[in-house]
Formats: sequence, structure tokens, C-alpha cells
Amino acid sequence: MDQLLNDFSPGLFVMQAVILIILILLMKKFAWKPILSSLDEREQGIQGALEAAEKARLEMKNLQADNEKALQEARAERDAMLKEAREIRTKMIAEAEGDAKAQADKIITQAQEAIAAEKRAAVAELKGQVAELSLEIAEKVVKQELSDKEKQQQYVDKMLQDATLN
Amino acid sequence: MKITSLPIHFLAVISFLLLGSLVNAQEHSVAEANDEGPVNTQQEITDYTNHHLKDSHDFHLFSYQGSDGERHSVGFSLPVILWASNGPVAFMSSEFHHDIDGEVVVEKGGSRFVNLHDKIYELEEGAEEIVMGEDHHPVNAHKPFDLSITKSVFGILLVGLLLLFWFGSLGKQYKKKSIPTGFGRALEPLVIYVRDEIARPNIGEHKYRKYMSFLLTVFFFIWVSNLLGMTPFGFNITGQIAVTVCLALFTFFIVQFSGNKDYWKHIFWMPDVPVIMKIILIPIEVLGMLTKPFSLLIRLFANITAGHVVVMGLIALMITLKAQFGAVGSTGLSLVLTLFISVIEILVAFLQAFIFTMLSALFIGMAVAEHDHDHEHDEEGHEVDDVEDVRESFV
Repeated sequence: MDQLLNDFSPGLFVMQAVILIILILLMKKFAWKPILSSLDEREQGIQGALEAAEKARLEMKNLQADNEKALQEARAERDAMLKEAREIRTKMIAEAEGDAKAQADKIITQAQEAIAAEKRAAVAELKGQVAELSLEIAEKVVKQELSDKEKQQQYVDKMLQDATLN
Repeated sequence: MKITSLPIHFLAVISFLLLGSLVNAQEHSVAEANDEGPVNTQQEITDYTNHHLKDSHDFHLFSYQGSDGERHSVGFSLPVILWASNGPVAFMSSEFHHDIDGEVVVEKGGSRFVNLHDKIYELEEGAEEIVMGEDHHPVNAHKPFDLSITKSVFGILLVGLLLLFWFGSLGKQYKKKSIPTGFGRALEPLVIYVRDEIARPNIGEHKYRKYMSFLLTVFFFIWVSNLLGMTPFGFNITGQIAVTVCLALFTFFIVQFSGNKDYWKHIFWMPDVPVIMKIILIPIEVLGMLTKPFSLLIRLFANITAGHVVVMGLIALMITLKAQFGAVGSTGLSLVLTLFISVIEILVAFLQAFIFTMLSALFIGMAVAEHDHDHEHDEEGHEVDDVEDVRESFV
């Protein structure tokens, strides 16, 4: 302790105090003030830039979400349209089929009716002809003398052979 | 333009000083009592170490055996400025002819001066030479007020100029660009480090700004001084008790002047304790006020002094162990150990600067802290934790 007190130099103390005060003042003016204010400025700049970037990122994200949404809507719309088209097609085919069937049925019915009518007419005509023919045959048979039974039979056969069923 | 002219100017001044003084020193080849040959014995090593630890009026670099058989010491003398009984006196320390045993008497301004162990004594009226008393203190002389540019003052000025030059040019760089280049790029993170790791967390976001100049200056002053002490120039600035006392007193006064109402209340009338405790706590708190800067000054002084003593002791191993290990062995051992300790000392140089600044910031922070009285105990407890955390991490 005695040694320490003996080593304590008041002159050095005063010099150090004076130099330190001057140094602090000079450093404050020429170094710390400009350095610290520039650092602050720069940090604020960086902060601002970061915030702007974050904002831009969010906007971009929103934009992308919008795009995605629009895309999805378009896709849904397309799907709906395709579905509709398919339905229309199916419907059209079904309708056409129905129409065609009805038409065909109608034609067939008409044809059947026509055939039936023709048939009736033909049958009627045939009936007439048969009746006529029968009458002719009967007439001829009657005209021949119905003496010879064998001849009669031959005649009937001949007549029947001659009579062609048209 | 200014940036480039400054270092040239600065270097010119330094080299002029060095050269001029070296020539000056060459003229004074001296047979000094302490410097009559190489340092060889244990006693001489101890003396040499003690001499180095103290401040000096000479800037002694090295000495060598001249061709004329005399010892020449190379270095330069520094101005001695005294406030003696007959007014101010100034002369160069070379007038003492490197004598530190009080043998050479210099007569200036009507007073006689001697240099005894690097302290200047003024002989009393009529005394021809210094007479030592039984307690090894001179009986017929007293110390005048010594404002000399001693080796330490020279070192302080050098550190100041270096800081001004480095950080001044860094400050100037910001005018032209926002990101510094060159050496400034290394300095900038250090400034940010002091701001973000020392000042902001300890003093608080809103109040730290005011103390930045002090904290930054002190941090870099101590650090550069400590590092300068590692160079072979033999500076020992932060190992001078007067310097550390001065630094700690700055912290002390700043803390007292920035102390708010709560700070003084916690010293003189501790809230939330019984009245009897309030009275008991007053002297304890007042003592605490003083022990804080005292611990600062002792810590820095002791660490640096111890570092220098250890380094010098290890260097001296090459002499003290020469008999046992031979010249090569002892030199090798000394080299390895000194290298090892020097690396640690470089760490200590930073650490001490950091601790001094950190604790200063902490004390300032405690003085300006806004106490919320509802949560006082938490606040207090928290602060105590902080101090202990800090201490723990450095022990």
C-alpha cells in the first residue's frame, strides 16, 4: 500500500485527466458523432429496406394467391363447360335416337298397315278369282256331260292343272 | 486530400521525434549505475522489472557495449516540467545523464533537482546532494509537482493520437460512402460491439447515447494502451496507478452526476425496508459507491502489472535458468513460455478494456435506471443477477 501510494504520481494523474478530457471531446466531435449517426442512419436504411422487401413479398404473395384463384376459377369454369357440353351431347344423341325410333316405328307401322291392306286386297282378289275360277270350272264341268265319272274326274284334274294360280 | 496528408504528417512528426532524440541520445553515452553491463543477477532482474513497471523520465530502448568499451544506451530523453518552489521549471531529462540514483544534481531556476528512482526531488535550500534517511526516504529533499512528459504521458499522447487518427478517418469516410473500407472496416464492428454489447444492454435503449463518447473512448484507450504495453517499447500506461485512478474517477463522477432520484434514494433511504435497516444501509451503500470505482482501478492496474511482471520474469528465465539448462535450453524455454503468456496477455488486454467499460456502463445503468416501485424487489434482484453474471463470466 505504501509502495502504491509512493508510486502514485499526481503529475501523471493530472496529465491523464487533462488528456482524457481533451481526447473524449475531440473523439466525440471528430469520430464518435459522425460514426454513430452514420451507423444509425445506415441501420434505419437497412430496416426500411427490409420492411419494404417484406411488404413487396406480401404483395407478391397476394398477387400469386389472386393468380392461383383466377386460375382455379378458370379451370372450374372450363370443367363446367365441358360437363355441360357432354351433357348436351348425350341429350342430343338420346333425343335423336328417340326421334329416329319413333320415326322408324311410324314407318314400320305404316308399312305393316300397307302390307295388311295389300294382303286384304290380294286375298279379296284371290277370293274373287277363285270364286270366278270355281264358277268357270263348275260351269265347264256342268257343260260337259256328267256321264263318265272317270272322264269327269280327268277333266277336273285337267282343269285344275290348267288353272294357274296367279 | 486531408486523409492522405494526415498520416504523412503524423509519421513525419513521430520519425522526427525518434530520429532527433536518437541522435541526441547517442551523444550521451553514460556510465549509469544501473546500466553498467547486461542484466545478469537475480537482484538486477528484480530491479530491472521494478524499474520497468514504474514511470520513467527517459525513453530507453536498449543499450549496447560500444567499440570504445563504454555502455551506450539508445533511446530519447523527454521533457521534465516541474512546479518547484521558485516557479515552473522545464528542461530535458538528458540533463540527468540517465542517472536515477540521485547523484547528478541539475540546477535550474534557482532550485537543485535530482532524479531518485525516476522521481524528481527538489533539494532544499543549501543542500549540495541528497541525503537518505533511515527509512530510505530522502531527508533533505521533497517532490515538486511533476507535470513532465514522462514515458507514460508520451504513451498516453501516442494512444490519443492513434485513436484520433484511426477513428477520425473512419468518421470522415462516412461522408462519402456508407460502408467503410480498409482499416475502418475492422474498426466499425468494434464500435458497434461497444454500442450493442456494452452500452445498450446495460444503460438502456433511451439513455445510452449520452455516455457513448466516454465508453468508446475509454474502451479503446485502455485496449490500445494495453496492447502498446505488449510491444518492446516498454510502455506501461495502464499499469500506472495514477492512470487507472483517473479512469475510475471519471466513471465515479459520471455515475454520481447521472444518478437520478431513485439512485440516491437507494443509497440514503432504502425503500421497502424497516427504518433501522435504512440507517444501517446508509454507510454500506455509501461504501459501495466508493468500492465500485476502486475495484475498477485495482482490477485494471493489478492485471496489467501482473501481466508485465510475469512476461518479464519469463523472459528473465533465460538468465536465471542458464546454469541448469544451458544457454539454448533456457532461451528456448523462456521463448515458449513467454510466447504462451503473451498470447494470454493479448486476450487480457482486450478483456480488461471490456470489463472496465462493461462495469462502467453497468454502474451508469444502475444510476439511471427507472425503478418501478411495485416491482422493486424484482428489479433489484434482477440487477444483482446482472452484476453477478458479469462477474462470474470473467472470474
